[in-house]
Amino acid sequence: MKLNVVFFARYREALGLDSESVDGEFASIDQLRAHLAQRGGAWQILAESNLMCARNEELCKLDEGLADGDEVAFFPPVTGG
Amino acid sequence: MAIRVQVAAFDPGAEVNALHAANMGVGAVVSFVGYVRDFNDGREVAGMFLEHYPGMTEKALAKIMVEAEQRWPLLSLEVLHRIGALEPGEPIVFVGVASAHRQAAFDACAFVMDYLKTRAPFWKKEQTAEGPRWVEGRASDEAAADRWK
Repeated sequence: MKLNVVFFARYREALGLDSESVDGEFASIDQLRAHLAQRGGAWQILAESNLMCARNEELCKLDEGLADGDEVAFFPPVTGG
Repeated sequence: MAIRVQVAAFDPGAEVNALHAANMGVGAVVSFVGYVRDFNDGREVAGMFLEHYPGMTEKALAKIMVEAEQRWPLLSLEVLHRIGALEPGEPIVFVGVASAHRQAAFDACAFVMDYLKTRAPFWKKEQTAEGPRWVEGRASDEAAADRWK
């Protein structure tokens, strides 16, 4: 499956990247996250325990499944308001 | 229900007035205004940048507001959140709720703010004398949102 993975705030800055197209088979967002985190270096930021994620612009949990064409977002806890 | 995510400044008083001007059945308006402070977590703050997730921001706010409308009998509900560069003293966020009676308006306003704080994709980056820093999420915000479960 092909996914558009987007990053925000502190993660976007640490990775020097706001989005990346990722090709692969992932049963869940957590598998995608582990795949990216194991690249090492700055990518280990995605292993943070309070990481938040969204699938197709909707907040979800890490065990959420994925489908071809999905947009997956990773970001630190939100701080608006 | 109105959602505005904008760079431009706004006048909280005008927003409050508009909430009851359109409907004479409104007996109560409760509003919350959040401002940029000039001091946070031990450092002077010279300014702030508000980042968000275009597309998801509006959807996340709409979801919170629909839930508020399902829980309380509301006549009007508005959320306005600024993005981009902000200076100390400027309003960041406005939540305005109109209803026939006060309790629904008080509760719905608190609910929307508590959920916005923990579910809407905004991030604050402060400019301080020691350099820029991202504001960290607070456990107390999570606890505030949990009380509505």
